[in-house]
Amino acid sequence: MSAPVTSTGFSFARVGAMVLRYWYLLSNSWPRAVELVYWPTVQMLTWGFVQLYVAQNSSFFANAAGLFVGGLLLWDVLLRSQQGFAFAFLEELWSRNLGNLLMSPLRPSEFIVSLTVISLIRLAIGMLPVTFLAIPLFGFNVWDLGLPLAVFFANLVICGWAIGLVIIGILLRQGMGAEALAWSLMFLLMPITCVYYPVATLPALLRPVAWALPTTYVFEGLRALLIHHTFRLDLMAIAFAMNAVWFAVAVGVFYRLLASARRAGSLLQQGE
Amino acid sequence: MTAPGPASRPLAVEVRDLAKSFGTVRAVDGISFEVPRGTVTGLLGGNGAGKTTTIGMLMGLILPDGGSIRILDHDMPGERAALLERMNFESPYVDMPHRLTVRQNLNVFGRLYRVADLKARIAELVADFDLSAFVDRKAGQLSAGQKTRVALAKALLNRPEVLLLDEPTASLDPDTADWVRGRLETYRAATGATILLASHNMPEVERLCDDVVILRRGRVEDRGAPADLLRRYGRDTLEEVFLDVARGTRAEGAEAAPPRHPEAEA
Repeated sequence: MSAPVTSTGFSFARVGAMVLRYWYLLSNSWPRAVELVYWPTVQMLTWGFVQLYVAQNSSFFANAAGLFVGGLLLWDVLLRSQQGFAFAFLEELWSRNLGNLLMSPLRPSEFIVSLTVISLIRLAIGMLPVTFLAIPLFGFNVWDLGLPLAVFFANLVICGWAIGLVIIGILLRQGMGAEALAWSLMFLLMPITCVYYPVATLPALLRPVAWALPTTYVFEGLRALLIHHTFRLDLMAIAFAMNAVWFAVAVGVFYRLLASARRAGSLLQQGE
Repeated sequence: MTAPGPASRPLAVEVRDLAKSFGTVRAVDGISFEVPRGTVTGLLGGNGAGKTTTIGMLMGLILPDGGSIRILDHDMPGERAALLERMNFESPYVDMPHRLTVRQNLNVFGRLYRVADLKARIAELVADFDLSAFVDRKAGQLSAGQKTRVALAKALLNRPEVLLLDEPTASLDPDTADWVRGRLETYRAATGATILLASHNMPEVERLCDDVVILRRGRVEDRGAPADLLRRYGRDTLEEVFLDVARGTRAEGAEAAPPRHPEAEA
């Protein structure tokens, strides 16, 4: 007589195990932790000084303090949430540990949830010091945005995770040959999602593309808040709705790519 | 009262007509075999014979085109997530995170397998596999032999009922390899676990395995107990038998192979 199969459903204990795995990695490797803070700081300093210079020569920018630095900080939330998600997965490929995980009871859904948690931890380590540094250097306190900041943040990380999920699906299917996507895909969005300028700046042809991105509504919302001191709830509602669709589609694409990788046998061939 | 022989034991692994193609390449071509509980079965074959694909399908990492796999009387890959809690795997071609210490790695994998009283289990394995000298060293800093011991400790963390080993002693010196084989024998004797062993090391197979499945070009070319194969092929070592099978040659006076799937022909 067979013994019953023991496991049932989703396990938060396994999610915790994966979060612990990444926490060990970060705490054992100080260059990784430094790298998390390094790029956001360099970016913020560059754009912060550009903003100071422009503000000295333009009354518009002088009256809309934080337009560049605020845009940059929110862009970094988007970029780092995607990269944190995808890089945590890449760590498994780099260390040749993916086989151990795929042959463990860890379920794809548990893996995904652990990557979202890790992405938040990486964001906190990378972004918190930068937001505080912007206060004395550029007189911009992103925390003064209050509740709208939480709404902006939520929309951006959900979008970052959706894109990260598709990237790791492609990595599972195509192997390390697709690694460059984890580094570069998000930069394709940067000019179209209008981080530093309104959608009206884009050529008419590109505007529908911009409005198809949930992140565009966040950056427009930020500008409305900083320039007109108005929180555009309508924009945020659209962003949330689009993100719900994007994330659902990303989950579907991820599972399809995982199934395709299982059919093609590429889970056992994770080299280049 | 004597223990039942391998043939009369319940099955731990039952593979029926398993097939897998990659494009035009037929990697596994309708193989069938079974592994009785508590036995060690060797999966042999040259490069490209279909061993890795078969193991991949047994772990649910590769979806078969046809056929079925039952492990511990449950469907693989249908009940994969739950079954994997009762199985484990070790291969020198898979590493553990380099930047984590041995203890941290065991802690993470113990939690993934939801091992009860994990701290005590890790202490037990550290003692059994003599890991204490480097348990707080990063995995990436270990020698090949030390890495294998750690990987085996990880593979036994959840006291698996079915253990899949892919060339567990590849790249090890003879002394360490012998030590590893001894650990596996001890584990099997203590727990009654079932082990499926893919190996190119024929003395290892002769020492550990109750039964051998020889694959060639994606098919089961022959199978039987090592002593039975030696007798039937008229050879002194399993390596000679392996070469006969791989090259399609047989010694003069060798017996014909028995039917591949006795049940199927009954």
